[in-house]
Amino acid sequence: MRLSEHKYKTTSKIAGQLLYVENVHAARIGEVVKVIGPHDIVLEGEILEIVKGNILIQLFGETRGLNAENMEIVFSDTIRQVPLSRDILGRRFNGSFEPLDGLPMFYASKWRPARGYPINPVARLRPQEFIETGISAIDGLNTLVKGQKLPIFSCAGMPAKELVAQILQNARLRESSKGFAVIFVALGLTFHEYSFYLEALQNIESEFAAIINMADDPVMERLMAPRFALTVAEYLAFDHDMDILVLITDMTNYCDALREISNARKELPGRRGYPGYMYSDLASLYERAGRIKDSQGSITMIPVITMPEDDITHPIPDLTGYITEGQIVLSRELHQQGIFPPIDVLPSLSRLMQKGIGAGRTRDDHRDLANQLYKNYAKGRELKKLEAIVGREGMSEGDRLLLDFATQFENEFVHQEGLARSIYQTLDKGLEILEKFNLAPDALLKQKAEA
Amino acid sequence: MKPGISGKITSISGATVRTDLSGLTLFERVSVGLHNLTGEVVRLEKEGTVLQVYEDPSGLGLDEPVQGHGASLTTTLGPGLLSVMFDGLQRPLDILAAKTGSFIHPIHLESSLDLKKQWSFTPLVNKGDTVSGGVKIGYIDEGAFQHPIIIPPDKKGRVESMAQGAITLEEPLCSLEDGSRIFGYHSWPMRVPRPYRKKINPQGPVITGQRIIDFLFPLARGGTSIIPGGFGTGKTILEQTIAKHADVDIVIYAGCGERGNEMSELIEEFLELVDPRSKSPLMDRTVLVVNTSNMPVAAREASIYTAVTLGEYYRDLGFHVLLLADSISRWAEALREISSSLEEMPGEEGYPTYLASRLSSFVERAGVVETLSGDIGSLSMILSVSPPGGDFTEPVTQALLRTSGAFLMLDTGLANSRHFPAINWMQSYSLYQNTLADYFAKNVSRDWEVLRILCREIMHKEEALKEIMEIVGIDGLQEEDRLVMTVAEKIRSGFLAQNAYTADAFCSPQKTMDIIRSFTDQFLKGQDRTKGKPENETL
Repeated sequence: MRLSEHKYKTTSKIAGQLLYVENVHAARIGEVVKVIGPHDIVLEGEILEIVKGNILIQLFGETRGLNAENMEIVFSDTIRQVPLSRDILGRRFNGSFEPLDGLPMFYASKWRPARGYPINPVARLRPQEFIETGISAIDGLNTLVKGQKLPIFSCAGMPAKELVAQILQNARLRESSKGFAVIFVALGLTFHEYSFYLEALQNIESEFAAIINMADDPVMERLMAPRFALTVAEYLAFDHDMDILVLITDMTNYCDALREISNARKELPGRRGYPGYMYSDLASLYERAGRIKDSQGSITMIPVITMPEDDITHPIPDLTGYITEGQIVLSRELHQQGIFPPIDVLPSLSRLMQKGIGAGRTRDDHRDLANQLYKNYAKGRELKKLEAIVGREGMSEGDRLLLDFATQFENEFVHQEGLARSIYQTLDKGLEILEKFNLAPDALLKQKAEA
Repeated sequence: MKPGISGKITSISGATVRTDLSGLTLFERVSVGLHNLTGEVVRLEKEGTVLQVYEDPSGLGLDEPVQGHGASLTTTLGPGLLSVMFDGLQRPLDILAAKTGSFIHPIHLESSLDLKKQWSFTPLVNKGDTVSGGVKIGYIDEGAFQHPIIIPPDKKGRVESMAQGAITLEEPLCSLEDGSRIFGYHSWPMRVPRPYRKKINPQGPVITGQRIIDFLFPLARGGTSIIPGGFGTGKTILEQTIAKHADVDIVIYAGCGERGNEMSELIEEFLELVDPRSKSPLMDRTVLVVNTSNMPVAAREASIYTAVTLGEYYRDLGFHVLLLADSISRWAEALREISSSLEEMPGEEGYPTYLASRLSSFVERAGVVETLSGDIGSLSMILSVSPPGGDFTEPVTQALLRTSGAFLMLDTGLANSRHFPAINWMQSYSLYQNTLADYFAKNVSRDWEVLRILCREIMHKEEALKEIMEIVGIDGLQEEDRLVMTVAEKIRSGFLAQNAYTADAFCSPQKTMDIIRSFTDQFLKGQDRTKGKPENETL
């Protein structure tokens, strides 16, 4: 600890969000600094790099109007901490974690570093409690469980936000013992999207807190906002045993911000200009979801990603898919057919589904039913390609049946305008369609008869 | 450990720290800062030394102390490793959890092994015997496992006294006449391969219980298989299934830069599942080295060296060891991050130019050896690779293809149609198949090789016919070709696909043979029918 604040006026360079200071005697990595510029500009920053007495500082907020000669940098000797309290719920903050709702800052009962600490793998509790989203394509075939991170891979112009709104509306996490809350993180959103989400949040009965970085807000804050949100989520989940759903949209904006800052720091660009450490950086966010053994709470994460050029191999969805426990993929084709939600179940996946379904969790025929639906739909989709070549008439009767099944599956199972289905309705619907096409195996029918 | 020399931090950039300290040696272990973070010397320069810090560097300040240890980063080897989960620097994660709670904070731990625990030691040598590196001087009962105690590779002499019975690792088990004392454990620098008498060509297979691997693309003991696949192709499930069922003595599982939840899943399952050979929980033959994606990147780089040193140690005790690493790409990315923070000239896709040589020297640590004491031990490796965008032309896959013996290519198309394991049978290969043909002929069936060739032939024909069938439909095919399509479909769903969640997760070579024979018989009979021949004897 240093005994007093110390100040410098030795700015050597300002470039975008980056500030270089010379002849500094004491500094630590991640230390918070205050920059006082002309015309009462006050900005916060964080130390990124120390090379002998030369310090590189990353600034938050608007740097326009700064002047190298007329500036004072105050070193605080502390690293960035997040104030925490249960009073965060019901509030809205900006990307620097300052209140946006006109109310004063809450009284913090705890402070924790925004970067967080990695969960010890032995302290993790395996996620296995089913969450009902009310959406058949998810509940039935790509089941979400408490503590999972399941992203939505969308494309420009697709109704990802409507899908998210529906999940928020229906997600039956509300039965949790110590309460349920949503932490909403907006990253680089346009006003139009933002107001849509805000309305959706206000329509749900649960409590929520929002951290908002709009499209025209500083890029640097886009990198900090999710870290503030997750520190808050960890506090509510693991100190207060709450079930927290963290909704982050849009991670594509986050990654672009990461690229922008990395480029300004003159770092070596990787694939498509994104920095080589993007995998680790994304993991430092996504891996904060989960459950731990010494708490009742959980953090479930739904990040939304807009795939550039509809390309699932683009670095953003690619690296995300390698970290998250599955993905919900939206399809432009289904969207054009008027199907909502346009979830393509074939590339979608929930890695934690196996433990979250079956007797005692959903229903004992869930696994068989899901496999049967999936298998036949996959065949039907394959045949659609063939149909385009040989025409329907050129196909065998069995193939025609599968084709019709695939169409009906899309129109009746995947498609569900506005109405939430309970897991039982979802499973019954699936069985009904299978039965209609004589595709239900005897074992399933027997189970049904017994029930 | 000689008393280290100390200096001060002059620069910090990410996890790369510069110090004014000189006189350190390359790859020497250092303690950095007020919290004694673990680091390693990576470069010596005229004006100071460059260090790589293995823990979260935030809060590290200018002028904080740096202390050299006089020794390089080592792995501690001895009784008490089995069923423990370590981080990349071999710190036991359950001890860390007991000290810092559910979240990992930088902390210094004295030893990787429990030095206070009581063991029972049975000596095998007597006073006056001459011993040298690798010689077994006795064993310690580690539950059901008999853990041989060996003389460290760099020591030798005549035994002056031996201990016996209840003992802890703090007490010497044996004193030599030159005054040196031998303990139940020793340390070995993780980046240095452990010595052996000689390397032997691989002979027997590692039975994985996966039909497509054992039958079509087998792995030899002492060999290396790589499993590249895009996300969702089931790399981790496949590695874990093999870890459960492979017929080896010891499994080292390195979770390198992957998901935390997968690790809690793995521990849970390995504690429940019973090893059919020893009748004790699978965990008792397993050592886990885990550095999840959100744990410090530099320690991720070190984690596979910790894992391979552990593997070599058990090999030196005369065991058959399987090292599974998931995933090598995350290790390579860690290497890239470190290289880039050292401002080295980048090679292909930003990876350092020494990526391929580091990988090949790592893979070369696998093999069957005659140990220093004359036993036979083996270390086999199965390494998963996560190519960006599922594109196999990237540098990590390509570098590994040159050094490994088997390539199990995971196919996104197969995974999307829920065919698991999603190993592509057209493009995968194993260079061990000829070496192992004899083994299978002798131990399973003399028809093994014939049926393997026939099976591949059917699958190849199917591939060629598929396009035609898409146009003309199955009814448009000739009878002979229709037979190929029907049998191939059966082989695909009834033989190549295997459900990891049912009893089918493990299939013995004999059962593998029986299943494929039932399909090929059907094929041969059908062929005879179509040719109008009388049914002749089938294979």
